[in-house]
Amino acid sequence: MTNPSLLIVRDLHVSVEGKAILKGVNLTVNAGEVHALMGPNGSGKSTLSFCLMGHPKYHVTSGQILYLGQDMAALPPNERAAAGIFLAFQYPTAIPGVTIANFLRAALRGVRGQDVPVKEFRQIVKANLNALGIAESFMSRYVNDGFSGGEKKRLEILQMAVLAPQLAVLDETDSGLDIDALKTVAEGINALRAPERGLLLITHYQRILNYLTPDVVHVLVNGRVARSGGPELAHELEAKGYETFRDQETVTPVAS
Amino acid sequence: MTVAKPQVTINDEYEKLYGFHVPEHSVFKAEAGLDEQKVRQISGMKGEPAWMLDLRLKGYRAFLAKPMPVWANTALLNSIKFADIYYYLKPTEKPGASWDEVPAEIKETFDRLGIPEAERKFLAGVSAQYESESVYHSMREDLQKQGVIFLDMDTGLKEHPEIIKRYFGTVIPPADNKFAALNTATWSGGSFIYVPKGVKVSMPLQAYFRINAKNMGQFERTLIIADEGSEVTYFEGCTAPSYSSDSLHSAVVELIAMPHAKLRYVTIQNWSKNVYNLVTKRAIAQEGATVQWLDGNLGSKLTMKYPGVYLMGPGAHGEVLSVAFANSGQHQDAGAKMIHAAPDTSSVITSKSISKGTGRTSYRGLVKVYPGAANAKSTVRCDALLLNEESRSDTYPTMEIDEKQVHIGHEATVSKIGDEQLFYAMSRGLTEQEAMSMIVNGFIEPFVKELPLEYSVELNRLVQLEMEGAVG
Repeated sequence: MTNPSLLIVRDLHVSVEGKAILKGVNLTVNAGEVHALMGPNGSGKSTLSFCLMGHPKYHVTSGQILYLGQDMAALPPNERAAAGIFLAFQYPTAIPGVTIANFLRAALRGVRGQDVPVKEFRQIVKANLNALGIAESFMSRYVNDGFSGGEKKRLEILQMAVLAPQLAVLDETDSGLDIDALKTVAEGINALRAPERGLLLITHYQRILNYLTPDVVHVLVNGRVARSGGPELAHELEAKGYETFRDQETVTPVAS
Repeated sequence: MTVAKPQVTINDEYEKLYGFHVPEHSVFKAEAGLDEQKVRQISGMKGEPAWMLDLRLKGYRAFLAKPMPVWANTALLNSIKFADIYYYLKPTEKPGASWDEVPAEIKETFDRLGIPEAERKFLAGVSAQYESESVYHSMREDLQKQGVIFLDMDTGLKEHPEIIKRYFGTVIPPADNKFAALNTATWSGGSFIYVPKGVKVSMPLQAYFRINAKNMGQFERTLIIADEGSEVTYFEGCTAPSYSSDSLHSAVVELIAMPHAKLRYVTIQNWSKNVYNLVTKRAIAQEGATVQWLDGNLGSKLTMKYPGVYLMGPGAHGEVLSVAFANSGQHQDAGAKMIHAAPDTSSVITSKSISKGTGRTSYRGLVKVYPGAANAKSTVRCDALLLNEESRSDTYPTMEIDEKQVHIGHEATVSKIGDEQLFYAMSRGLTEQEAMSMIVNGFIEPFVKELPLEYSVELNRLVQLEMEGAVG
């Protein structure tokens, strides 16, 4: 293999405000693959996603995040974004007074490292709005300000589509959506599947996987990947719940 | 290899754009300090009628008699050295009607500030004040033909003494407060505007106030009368050089909106950080009239300004929308007053303040409803944004409601720029600085969107300058 993997998470230990949350996560995502990371509440799923994006509150105490072979430790979030990483937030933040149009244009400029001509920007936006079935008036609303849960998730997908990252991490993008919104979001994600792109789908439920078939499924329990497998693992989880993995996790000797 | 970011601070930037000064240009400069003789001298030089001198002297006595306000930033107020201030500096013999008539270095100053360019592009009339006097004045001919009067106050007094005598000091009496009294005693320059019945002035009239000399005191006096059903927007901007010694700017602005008139007064205050900006601004709104104060405060060492609207006729409406930005070493003490003295009157106060570094903002507001002002409606909203731990914001709202049938709403928020907002924006590719600027711009958006386009661009640019170095 000549090309480095898109993402290698190596024995990652992370603490938040002094409390250890991730306790040795190992994960490899190659270009063209869709991975689902599943786990119960409090298992560290969101911590991993924030950590991949470089949230200052999450401290990597040991281990590595390698993106295209490069250690991400020293990079602030915006440089990770420019390198091609995107995080769809579970709880997107409102920025009152800032229109989606202005926000997205600044984002695209940041990611590309240069200004994007207005005309080109409009074309990119228009194509993506159409594909996601979002009205153009959406662009003049303020970022996540007074949005419903579904609108927030749609905006995350729109941003992802416009910024066209190489590695997209989607943190519970499926949670809190009704079935129609879930379908739209899943379609948006499916549309982004590409040979050069990797997706890491973090989810609590198997539900979204009915619309999106992952190549690899990981089960995160108590800060570690307890098991990895094919799509069938998700169904097993659905049937048995996380309990069996919890037991398994407690008896597995610490690998590090 | 990393490339070092250019280290530009707001002060460097202000210095380059506004903080420069040119050699003093004066045909007369009174000695520093103030006494009764000097008040008489100013009035005499201007060749004023006796009643104006009487008014000035009344103001002077009130200035001496009134104590310094004790409810505000007394440490800063008490450090004003009144004896060191130059109260009157006349830069030219008379205002030019074209820029060619303005002395070269003064014209160059206004060129650098972009005034003639703005005039060509989007203004109906311009007045440029330099030190104590207006040095340039012009208005579009079609407005003159419609009977619109736009003059500097001194010329206004000469040409329309009967109107000035009738209204001058009626909204803000000579003894209203210490600084209004000082202005009444020493006033020079400012604008006099009269818009006749039914005339709608579609483009703004603009005045630009520039202090160039050290230890200068600028006391402009403005009176705007919008007659029945007329409409006008007036804009004022101001800058000064950055000196280590302090200057004093103490204006009085009186607005009168007659029945069903619409009067809009826009300020973008960008004094250098050695200027005390202590101004009194008040409007009267008669039946069905609307007065809107749009007040942006970015500069000065200490600003104390509480634009007010006296809602005197049924259905009158008043608005104050303000933005204050206090950087290190600044205190923006701003607010609004709404006095409901008639039924069915309504008012809206929206105050947005941003504190950065050791900067301090205060909101001070009064909503008063007199008995009989039934169905009065008032909404007050103050939002303060703190950019770091050391910055400070205080809110002092006062409500005096003496009528039962009213609708009053008050909402105040103080927030810090959230880590989560910053992280969200940065995760999309914005640098920390860009993210902060964007959040701040969003915060003041409710104000900016009310401004005419050209001014909103200007304001955003100024806020951008203030945001330089926001990230440690």
